[in-house]
Amino acid sequence: MWREIANRLMQGLLVLFVLGTLTFFLVHALPYGPFQDEKAIPDNVRERLEQIHGYDKPLLTQYWLRLNNIVRGDLGTSIKVMEGREVSDILLQAFPVSLTLGLFAMAIAISIGIPAGVLAAIRKNRAPDYIIMAVALLGICLPNFVIGPLLAEFFGGRLGWFPVSGWDPRSPSAMFLPALTLGLVSAAYLSRLTRAGMLEILHQDFIRTARAKGQKGHIIIIRHALRGGLIPSIAFLGPAFAGTISGSVVVESIFQIPGIGRLFIKAIETGDETLIMGPVLLYGTLIVTANFLVDLIQLWLNPRLRARAAA
Amino acid sequence: MEKSRSITANNATIPDAGTDAGHSLWSDAWLRLRHNRAAMCGCAVLGLIILMCFIVPFLPALPDPAQQDLPGKNSTPSWSHWMGTDHLGRDLFSRILHGGRISILVGLITTMVSLTIGVAVGAVAGYLGGKVDAFLMRTVDILYSLPFLIIVILFSALAKGYTSDLTDWLVGLTGFNRDAIAPFTGLIPLFVAIGALSWLSISRIVRASVQDIAGREFVEAAKSLGLSHRRILMRHIIPNAIGPIVVYATLTIPSVMLFEATLSFLGMGVQPPYSSWGILIKDGADRMLSNPLLLIFPSIFFILTLLSLNFLGDGLRDALDPKSSKD
Repeated sequence: MWREIANRLMQGLLVLFVLGTLTFFLVHALPYGPFQDEKAIPDNVRERLEQIHGYDKPLLTQYWLRLNNIVRGDLGTSIKVMEGREVSDILLQAFPVSLTLGLFAMAIAISIGIPAGVLAAIRKNRAPDYIIMAVALLGICLPNFVIGPLLAEFFGGRLGWFPVSGWDPRSPSAMFLPALTLGLVSAAYLSRLTRAGMLEILHQDFIRTARAKGQKGHIIIIRHALRGGLIPSIAFLGPAFAGTISGSVVVESIFQIPGIGRLFIKAIETGDETLIMGPVLLYGTLIVTANFLVDLIQLWLNPRLRARAAA
Repeated sequence: MEKSRSITANNATIPDAGTDAGHSLWSDAWLRLRHNRAAMCGCAVLGLIILMCFIVPFLPALPDPAQQDLPGKNSTPSWSHWMGTDHLGRDLFSRILHGGRISILVGLITTMVSLTIGVAVGAVAGYLGGKVDAFLMRTVDILYSLPFLIIVILFSALAKGYTSDLTDWLVGLTGFNRDAIAPFTGLIPLFVAIGALSWLSISRIVRASVQDIAGREFVEAAKSLGLSHRRILMRHIIPNAIGPIVVYATLTIPSVMLFEATLSFLGMGVQPPYSSWGILIKDGADRMLSNPLLLIFPSIFFILTLLSLNFLGDGLRDALDPKSSKD
């Protein structure tokens, strides 16, 4: 167990190194740079800017300097979008917002999606199945730039139950609508995957054995079927979680949330390398951690897998 | 098995129905699929929509989708404009059909690419495990975290130089009018880029299912019979993991179609006057309070397409499921 964790930690560091290297060179390969503007910048000013940010040095030297700084924990300052501000400061301010929103959204997605999928699988090809799957399909087809304003209009405007914009970390009600908008799509995905996984398991012989033994229906589902039936859904959770955090740009702009998504898109549009690198490394850490946790949960749920891993 | 075999035996078009080895996984599945009413309905609706999008726009009766008519903007449905007009007075029905071609192509091509890569990577990682698994899954982690947008921007910029060559080649291949296909050839690199990066979730899901299946008794049996890894994977493991695969494929299609709209707004992808369902839905969403029809009509086409794809997908899942013949 501890060896496996240490092993994965090493792999995670390697992932971050490769990720950082790729990001650095990809950003520098972009057909535009942070020192180009709609208004032409005078040559002497541009040269001065390039000097300050070390862009006058050869690319490999720049890479080496950046690598050294990052390893020492210095992410540098934003070159363009938030000119001069420490990237670590920006992340420290915006990331908790995105993280809270993402966690809240995932909680909503799991508590709606998985029970709905289980119910649909148990009542396959009957009314609950059709209704749940139709709603899920609607959730997948209606993009969040449609769902978000609709929810804001209905729950925020007409009913006045929740605030429609602004972000207050102390008030869960202000977070509810954006988290719901973000979580509904994942809930729809989860319900379909859960249904597929459960159908797969409910066919199997050990379920029939449990039934023949006279075990109660809900105990069969909870104790025997869920373990295997949730395999695809849990595999989806890792990427989905990271996706809700990195992909919340639209929701951030609908509900005026000071998260990381909008800054990140702006950084990409301007080629602001430091402000791209910071979030990318953070996402990388998040993805590696989320997928590791998912793998652990899979091991815990699946005795066959444990036996294989031990062998 | 009973049921499927009787179907095969009753069907005179299968020449070797009498011999035992006569029906493959696929011919069996096709027979079962044909008897699934929901799947066949889905197939018919899908066929109809594809037909409409790919043939009707060439009929002269349909208004030009780019033709603006500012005095007649935001009109309600009428005989001359079946679904009304948009904020610039363009015929919505015509725009939906023209846009459908792009969306359907984006959806199908990229999903095919991502499905092929995702299933292959996931199945190999889940089946072989160990170092191969670690390498493949860490690669997936890296690709997940790389900023998708940068890669698409770079890829489009890189491919721009080859667009006219590609167009020439396609004109030579198909004999189409150069002007008619030129706006679409620029999209092909985009299709490939989206497809090449959207296989990550599929691979994680397939890997999880394959890990579970690889430990079951029938795989042990197949191994002890001395079957090759390739054959075990293709014939015994992947058919058993088909449920999540089909479901995720039907989920990828809409997300890719909508992602294309996001890219178009960032200056890549389909550019005006051309459009796609994603763009029409996005345009409609911006004006949903003043003219909800602009959102509703494109959404109906979008949802109908996905609904039929889902029925087809579910039918395909049931047909391919090795265990479903027992019921």
